Amino acid sequence: MEEQRRAELAQKALQIRKYVIEEVYAAQSGHPGGSLSIADVVAYLYFHELHIDPSRPDWEDRDRFVLSKGHCVPAVYAALAMKGFFPVDWLRGFRHIDSPLQGHPNMLDVAGLDMSTGSLGQGISAACGMALSAKIFGKAYRTYAILGDGELEEGEVWEAAMFAAHYKLDNLVAFVDFNGLQIDGCVEDVMSPLPIAGKFREFGWHVLEIGAHDFDAIDAAYTLAKTVQDKPTIIVARSVKGKGVSFMEDMAAWHGTAPNKEQYEQAMKELGEAQAKLEAGY
Amino acid sequence: MAEIKRIATRQAYGETLAKLGAEYPGLVVMDADLSKSTKTDLFQKAFPERHINCGIAESNMMAAAAGIALTGKIVFASTFAMFAAGRAFEQVRTSIGYTHANVKIGATHAGLSVGEDGATHQCCEDIALMRTIPGMTVISPADAVEARAAVRAAAAYKGPVYLRFGRLPVPVVFNEGDYVFTIGKGYPLREGHDVTLAATGLMVEQALVAADLLAGEGIHARVLDIPTIKPIDDDLLAAAARETGAIVTAEEHNIIGGLGGAVCESVSASCPVPVLRVGVEDTFGRSGPALEVLRYYGLTAEHLVEKAKAAIALKTR
Repeated sequence: MEEQRRAELAQKALQIRKYVIEEVYAAQSGHPGGSLSIADVVAYLYFHELHIDPSRPDWEDRDRFVLSKGHCVPAVYAALAMKGFFPVDWLRGFRHIDSPLQGHPNMLDVAGLDMSTGSLGQGISAACGMALSAKIFGKAYRTYAILGDGELEEGEVWEAAMFAAHYKLDNLVAFVDFNGLQIDGCVEDVMSPLPIAGKFREFGWHVLEIGAHDFDAIDAAYTLAKTVQDKPTIIVARSVKGKGVSFMEDMAAWHGTAPNKEQYEQAMKELGEAQAKLEAGY
Repeated sequence: MAEIKRIATRQAYGETLAKLGAEYPGLVVMDADLSKSTKTDLFQKAFPERHINCGIAESNMMAAAAGIALTGKIVFASTFAMFAAGRAFEQVRTSIGYTHANVKIGATHAGLSVGEDGATHQCCEDIALMRTIPGMTVISPADAVEARAAVRAAAAYKGPVYLRFGRLPVPVVFNEGDYVFTIGKGYPLREGHDVTLAATGLMVEQALVAADLLAGEGIHARVLDIPTIKPIDDDLLAAAARETGAIVTAEEHNIIGGLGGAVCESVSASCPVPVLRVGVEDTFGRSGPALEVLRYYGLTAEHLVEKAKAAIALKTR
């Protein structure tokens, strides 16, 4: 990936992280940890990969995106606002009674959302349906999904894994945000879904393993996925929960906790400094 | 008397799907390894590329059905009622209901008349479960004629619909030629002013038999066919309550939460009258030949007659 493009995406990801913190702080509720860990791939998808058009959110041939780990929607709301699907000032209304920005995504309330998710395991099934529809009816759009590693504990994910391989959904790319943590602690201690790559490989998927915060690796993975035939692709991406905010990193406690005023200011300061540093370096 | 024609509503479902495939090029049928039982195999033979077998994985089927529907298609997703409404309840609720996806859940083998398979497969909870999902339409046809019409109406309607079909061949009570089906409408089949028998599914035939038995005793029962349980025909029920003063409901379902519950909710708000419910009395089913099982649980015209008299006795006027 070109250096300039990489720097642009890094800026977008930092902006998404700032909005995530603002949304969750304003709501005093939400899931900052996982939203921060997917910020880079969300930036990549919305600002580099997805064929979507904010002026035509219902465009029939658009690429589909399903956030199967729906609780991390603050990152997606940020990207949608930045793309112009709705005004940025909506973000402060996240989880408030008069806001369309529900705690988990509701596609009927927000243009640009392709699926309502939040109950883990269902999103990947819906994504399979969207991809299969393209196969049946000869459409060229592609379908993208993001799953959590804890989400893999849901049996439905493996029903979907069988289904996608059986119907050779090579137009489907799933991304596992492998941050290693879930609400009750380490995924390995709560109910280990490991080895993730091995399981999907045995289920018949094309498996790629990358670091979730490396744009070159993300780009290489999604580019390669387009060349894979007759198999769905899964990108197992090792990530850092809470990435970008020092005191949130690698802490299960930040799965579903909102920052207080002091923590909010500290987080925004850190992210602002990272933006400035990136700007100067570029 | 001429021989009564018996057809299972699931058979009517499968045959109608096979016809609809030609009329709706964007119609997809999904099944979960029960295509021969649900009769979606009839569609599969005609349109193999649009028939998706999901294997024994109902949860994934329902959410994937939503995914297909949300790309602008009509999906009929089929399995037994127990697994459609029960096992996959949350996928139906959230992936289909919350998104108002254009998915029709074609649930077969509903109720006790599954027979020999017994309680694990006798779903008497599905109407109650599906009825509580906001925006879900719930239809329970009485015979093959009504089933065909309901499937067509469901395909033409935009939004989620739960269609309840049975395994057992049941008498054809309607005439194909003059039968018109509208979602949300109930149908008076017999006039009467002493009591109302409101029935759904295979109990409609029993209600007609019960009305004949009551007539023999000088009691004139109104018989209502209620194929759409949600949205229920409030006007028809209010008129029946007002004009007959007592209602007996009849369904192959738990008396809690099904047609009986829906009728009570409706008339309590419009014209409160005694309502007695005939159905499965909050218990699990058991194995046996279908007709014997139905008798065992009191799903008979004789039981309806008994309840009708009890309901009349409760009238205050």
